Amino acid sequence: MNLKEKIIENLLFCCALLTILTTIGIVGVLVVETFKFFIEVSIIEFFTSTQWTPLFAEKHFGILPLLAGTFLTTTIAILVAVPMGLCIAVYLSEYAHPKTRGIVKPILEILAAIPTVVYGYFALVFLTPALQNLIPGLAGFNALSPGIVMGIMILPLVSSLSEDALYAVPKPLREGAFALGSTRFQTAWKVVVPSAFSGIAVSVILAVSRAIGETMIVAIAAGQQPRFTLNPFVPIETATTYIVQVSQGDIPHDSLEYRTIFAVGITLFILTFILNNVSFWLKRRFHQAYH
Amino acid sequence: MLVSGSKEDSIKPITNRPNKRNRKKLKKRLKQFKGSHYFEFQNIFFKNLAILCALVGVLFLGLLLYDVISRGIGRLDWDFFSNPPSRKAERAGIYTAWIGTVWIMLLTAAIAFPIGVGAGIYLEEYNKKNRLSNLLEVNIANLAGIPSIIYGLLGLEIFARTFMLGGSILTGALTLALLILPIIIVSTREAIKSVPQSLREGSYALGASKWQTIWHQVLPASMSGIITGVILAISRAIGETAPLLVIGALLYVPIAPEGVMDSFTVLPIQIYNWINRPQQEFTENAAAAIIVLLFITFVMNGLAVYLRYRWQKKSKWQ
Repeated sequence: MNLKEKIIENLLFCCALLTILTTIGIVGVLVVETFKFFIEVSIIEFFTSTQWTPLFAEKHFGILPLLAGTFLTTTIAILVAVPMGLCIAVYLSEYAHPKTRGIVKPILEILAAIPTVVYGYFALVFLTPALQNLIPGLAGFNALSPGIVMGIMILPLVSSLSEDALYAVPKPLREGAFALGSTRFQTAWKVVVPSAFSGIAVSVILAVSRAIGETMIVAIAAGQQPRFTLNPFVPIETATTYIVQVSQGDIPHDSLEYRTIFAVGITLFILTFILNNVSFWLKRRFHQAYH
Repeated sequence: MLVSGSKEDSIKPITNRPNKRNRKKLKKRLKQFKGSHYFEFQNIFFKNLAILCALVGVLFLGLLLYDVISRGIGRLDWDFFSNPPSRKAERAGIYTAWIGTVWIMLLTAAIAFPIGVGAGIYLEEYNKKNRLSNLLEVNIANLAGIPSIIYGLLGLEIFARTFMLGGSILTGALTLALLILPIIIVSTREAIKSVPQSLREGSYALGASKWQTIWHQVLPASMSGIITGVILAISRAIGETAPLLVIGALLYVPIAPEGVMDSFTVLPIQIYNWINRPQQEFTENAAAAIIVLLFITFVMNGLAVYLRYRWQKKSKWQ
């Protein structure tokens, strides 16, 4: 009887341990392949060259164009998602009737459930032609339209998490502000939002991390031309798109070209890892603030 | 709703102490402010702006659905479901893609469900507070934030190459199972956490062992919460495209898979394939396949929401 209990406990422990093995696997795979990559390519070239042409006859391995593309689409997405998400969050938490909140929140959360390939379709087939009517110089593949669509995709992430943070601000703070004669608007923006700042920052950082790692929207609608540019109207390539592009081609395993995807992958991993950990750290501090 | 034009709005101008010079000016301003127009305006302006923002999100959703349905609904007939992909758009269907999706879905669930629930039980019921448990918690939170395409790289190296499973259904399911594991673990823990301590104590008092208590009391009580989490996780896995592309799921699969070692395609990849073609007819095919994909996603999410609602109603223990 006791033995059986022990076996079950150990089995369950193994399940939990699998999550650690997954992390070790991810880091291990990325590090080993990247190490092999840097034996052949100088690390200085990787971080300073502004050309990324590993699949051409004349090879250059500078990741900056891919990072520029990622930065561009992420920035556009954040510019769409954060102001809108914050406004919605303040409205839902400070203004709206509980019933309104009960309707609006789930509708917005549907946006988060839609598969990203659908967003990619929408960016390419609907939004880009629509924007081309407004902006004559806009290319068929560009950073603007996937950026906007990505912004809408992460909108519920920002609005839900920020709303939770605003909602957690203690009531006496609001009452104090009202007692001093503040209007609802002043209370919301000058008292509640600053009090919930770290919670809002968590949502923004998570949104940035999500946008950096997003793949299908940019793979479909942003193009596959690594360019060191901040012009949102021309085709670009993001880090994630490059990985998709290479795994679609028939590049032999164990070649230098094949290893590039792991070098790009580890860059992506490190970026999002740092952002996620900053957000955990902030979250922990912010939870302590009110307890 | 909002107490618009409430009394506190008109206080500010009066608190400014007037001197003789600007008294006239102030009187004029006061007149303007009578009924607290400025602050009321600020309030109403923001409120409408926020409603507009929410509407943009809803409108976007509506436009997306409208565009997809108006483009794709004409292609949805029996042939579309029963035809394999073809180079001719009007003959092409999603037969192999949806068979592949069903395979991937079932296998992913079969792998991720026991492991995820097991890990959740361990962390909630057996785990002692020590450094290892802290590491496990932080690690699971971190795994949830890793971009899905990175899981594709893991699957490619470990399952496809090291274990030599290639671009098979098994590789895809193992990769997606690891991807959704954190979601299942977190929701299992939430569900188990909400089971009251008294239920466990009652079971122990009757002489049950720890595992008997978990198996006969805690798990049945939290099962619908766990199932909700699993359904949400699976519906996430159905929409995943990037990791499957990386591990080598094929864009063109003419024959439906029959075993776990067969090569495969899934609906999102079939959609990606059709979007990438320049011809208008393929865009219509993509829209039709998107309708099917969205239908599955919405049905699963709706089911999860319903189950959660029922569970919350039932689990008011006191």
